[in-house]
Amino acid sequence: METQFLEISNGTAISRKEIPNLTFDVFRENAVKLVRNNAKIVQFFGYEDIDNDSYKNSNAIKLLAVLRTNRVHAGRHYTLFAATCDAPSSYPSLTLECEPFHLFEREIAEQFGIVPEGHPWLKMVRYHPNSQGRPDVFGNDYAKDSQGNYYYKDDIPGNYPYYSVEGKEIHEVAVGPVHAGVIEPGHFRFNCIGEKVLHLEIQLGYQHRGVEELIPKAEPKRLPIIIESIAGDTSVANAVSFAQVIESLIHKEYKEQRHKDHKEHRFQPDTGAKKIRTIALELERIANHVGDLGALSGDVAFLPPANYFGRMRGDFLNMTLLICGNRFGKGLVRPGGVRFSIETSLREELMRRINELEIQVANVIELLLITTPSVRDRFEDCGVVSRSDAHELGLVGPAGRACGLSYDARRAFPTEYYPNIDIPENAKSTGDVYARATVRADEIMQSIAIIKNLLQEPIETSIENSCLGFKDNQIDKGNSKLLSDFAPDSFVVTINEAWRGELSHSILTDKNGKIIRYKIKDPSFHNWSGLAMSLRNTEISDFPLNNKSYNLSYCGFDL
Amino acid sequence: MLDTLKNRIKQGYRTTEYPKKTIALPARYRGLPKISQHSDSKIINICADACPQDAINIEKKKVDMGRCVFCGTCEKLSDGQFIKFTQNFEYSVANKEHLLTSGTLPDLAKHSKQHFKKLFGRSLQLRQVSAAGCNACEADLNVLATPFFDLARFGINFVASPRHADGLVVTGPISKNMKTALIQTYEAMPEPKVVIAVGSCAITGGPFRGYPEVSDGLDSIIPVDLYIPGCPPHPLTNLHALLTFFKKNV
Repeated sequence: METQFLEISNGTAISRKEIPNLTFDVFRENAVKLVRNNAKIVQFFGYEDIDNDSYKNSNAIKLLAVLRTNRVHAGRHYTLFAATCDAPSSYPSLTLECEPFHLFEREIAEQFGIVPEGHPWLKMVRYHPNSQGRPDVFGNDYAKDSQGNYYYKDDIPGNYPYYSVEGKEIHEVAVGPVHAGVIEPGHFRFNCIGEKVLHLEIQLGYQHRGVEELIPKAEPKRLPIIIESIAGDTSVANAVSFAQVIESLIHKEYKEQRHKDHKEHRFQPDTGAKKIRTIALELERIANHVGDLGALSGDVAFLPPANYFGRMRGDFLNMTLLICGNRFGKGLVRPGGVRFSIETSLREELMRRINELEIQVANVIELLLITTPSVRDRFEDCGVVSRSDAHELGLVGPAGRACGLSYDARRAFPTEYYPNIDIPENAKSTGDVYARATVRADEIMQSIAIIKNLLQEPIETSIENSCLGFKDNQIDKGNSKLLSDFAPDSFVVTINEAWRGELSHSILTDKNGKIIRYKIKDPSFHNWSGLAMSLRNTEISDFPLNNKSYNLSYCGFDL
Repeated sequence: MLDTLKNRIKQGYRTTEYPKKTIALPARYRGLPKISQHSDSKIINICADACPQDAINIEKKKVDMGRCVFCGTCEKLSDGQFIKFTQNFEYSVANKEHLLTSGTLPDLAKHSKQHFKKLFGRSLQLRQVSAAGCNACEADLNVLATPFFDLARFGINFVASPRHADGLVVTGPISKNMKTALIQTYEAMPEPKVVIAVGSCAITGGPFRGYPEVSDGLDSIIPVDLYIPGCPPHPLTNLHALLTFFKKNV
C-alpha cells in the first residue's frame, strides 16, 4: 500500500527533519487509510515544535503519529510508520472515520486545547488544564497560580458528562475513586437494569502526577527514578524502554553516521546486560500474572489457590530482590546496561528457586483452571469481548491475545535478548475471563522456561560500563552533564512487551539536544475500553472478576 | 476435592516466625543507611550532587529517609565509605525530624503514643488510600495479607470502609485530583484516628517532589503519626512498623 508516512525502526533515532511533515489533510487521509487497512496506533500525540522559527508567534503545535502494520515488508512481518503535521486549532475528528483514534484525540484535546470537531465522545481523560493556556475544550474553569501554572478551580474531576441510560427500571451504580481494597483510585459508573450492566463508563485521572510535563523539566539525574515510578508493577519494562530511548540518543558517532545506516546508530549494552534485562522483564511478567491468577481465584471464593498464588508471587518478587535489592526491580536497569550482575552463585540460587517454583505453580494452575469445575463455570463465557471488537478497540497484550489477536511485541519488535528467544504464539478465541486467565497461565510457564534457559550459561556483563549518563562509578564525571548530552533534533520510538502488553516510549529533542517531549503510552491506554466492553450485558457482581482478569494500570494511564 | 486437599498438603506451612525470630534479607537489599562521619568532604559532595533525590545533607552528614528512594547511587559512588545501606529493615519513625538520620534511630516503640497501644494493641483496623501511588507501595501492603506475613494473626486488618477504620494508610504523592477524596476519607473516620504515611511519595512527594500536580508530603494536608520510608518499603518494614508502633509486647 502506498503511504506518505515514513517507515521507521523500533528504538532507532532518526533526525526530526527526516519525518515527513504533511499538511493536515494529507496526514489525516494517510493515517485513516493505514488504520483502515489494519494498522494499529502505537503513538499519536501533540508536541511543541520549539525550533520552528515561527514558533514564538504561532505556538506551533505538531501532531505525530506512529502506526504499526503487520504486512510483510522487507522480510519483516511488522513495520512502523511515522509522520507529523502542523496541528490546526480545530480539525475534523479522525475518530469519525476510524474508532481507534478516539482516546488519542481526547488526550490531545486535553493536553493542547485542540478540538477534534465531531468527536463522538469528547470527554476529558485525566482532568488537568491544557499546557497552552487555551480555552478548556471541556468547559472547565481554570486559573493561573503565582508560579504561572494552570490549575482547575474545582479540585476533583467534576464537570464530566457521564453517559446515562434512561428508563423506568434503570439504575446507576457509582464506585470510586476510593475503592474497597488496597488498590489505586478510579471512578466506575455502571448503568444497570436489574443486575445486568448495560454500560460501564470508566473515568480515570485521579492518579495524574504530570509525568510527561515533569520529564523535560526535571534534572536529568532524577529521570530514572521518575521513570521507575510511572507504574511500580511495570518498573522494569518502563526502565528498559527509557534505557533504549536514551541509548539510541547517546551514540557518539551518531552525527557522522546518520546518513549511512539507521540500524548502526544505537548504543548496544553488552549481551549479559541484555540477558539480565530480559530475565527481569520475565520475572515481572510472572509475578504479576501469578498474583492476578490468585486474585481471580479469590474473586470466585476459591481460597486455596488465592493463598498459594499470593505467596508464590512474593517468591518471584524475592528473586528480583535477590538480583537488585528491590522487589519491583527499581534500580536495576539504567541507560547503558544494568547496575547488578548475576554471578555464578546467584545464578545457581535463582535456578534452584525457579525449578522449585515451576512445579508448584504448575500444580496450582492445574487446580485452578482444569480440575475445579466450579471455577470454570464462573470463568467461562464471562465478560466476553469479540475478536472484531478487540480489533476495533486496539486491545494489546494478554487482553488482546485472549480475543485472538496474537500480537506480542516480543515477537514483532524483539529488543534486548528477545531476538534469540522463540516466543510461542499464544492466542485464544473465546475472549472471556477464562481465556484471559489461560493466556496468563501459559505465559507464566513460558516465561519460566525462558528464564531457565537464560540461567543455564554464565552471564557476563560489565556493570562498570553501564549507566551511561549517570556514571555511578566514575567520580570525576558530573552526572547530569552526560545525560543531557543527547543527539539533537532527534526522534525515537521504542516498543516493548510489558506484562500488560505493548508499552511505548517516545522522545523528541531540540537543536541543542534538550528534551522537547517525552511521551509514554502504557498498554492500559488501549485496554481500559476492553474492560468496559467486557461488562456489557454482564452481571454487575462479575465486575471484580473481570477487572482482575485485566488488572489494568491506573497510574500508567494517568501518568 | 481430593485434588484440593492433596495440593494443600503439598503447600505446607509457610508463615514467617518474624518477629519472634529474626529474618535476614539478601545482601543486595538496601535498608537503613549507615553514614560514616569521617568521610572526605569531596566524596560527600560528589554523593550529594549525584543523589537523584537530593536527600543528602552535607553539613550534618545525614540522609533524609523521607526523600531517599534507597537506589544505592551514593553507596556505589563512595564504595560504601560514606554511606552503606544495611540489611536492617526496621527503620520507621514516629517523628518527621527523625527521618534525617546518620544511621541510628530512636526506639520506635518508645516513641509511639502509649494510648494508641492501649486502644489498638489488640485490634487495629486500617483503611488504605492510594493517592497517586505507583502501585508498588500498595502491592507491598497488600502482601501482608498473604500467608507468609499473615497480618491478621496480629489482629490487624485492612477494611473496606473508613467508618470501620482506626487508621488511615496513605501511599502516593497525593495528586491534586485525589486530595479531596483523601480528606473526605480522613474525615469519615471516627476519632481517635491514626495516620500512617507509607513510601517516599507520601512522605515528601518522592520522585515527583516539587511539581505542582502533587503535594510535598502528607503532613502538609493531614497530621501524620507514623512514617514508613522506602520506595517501596519492604513488607517486613511495614510489618515491623505496625507491630512496634501499635502492639504492646513485641
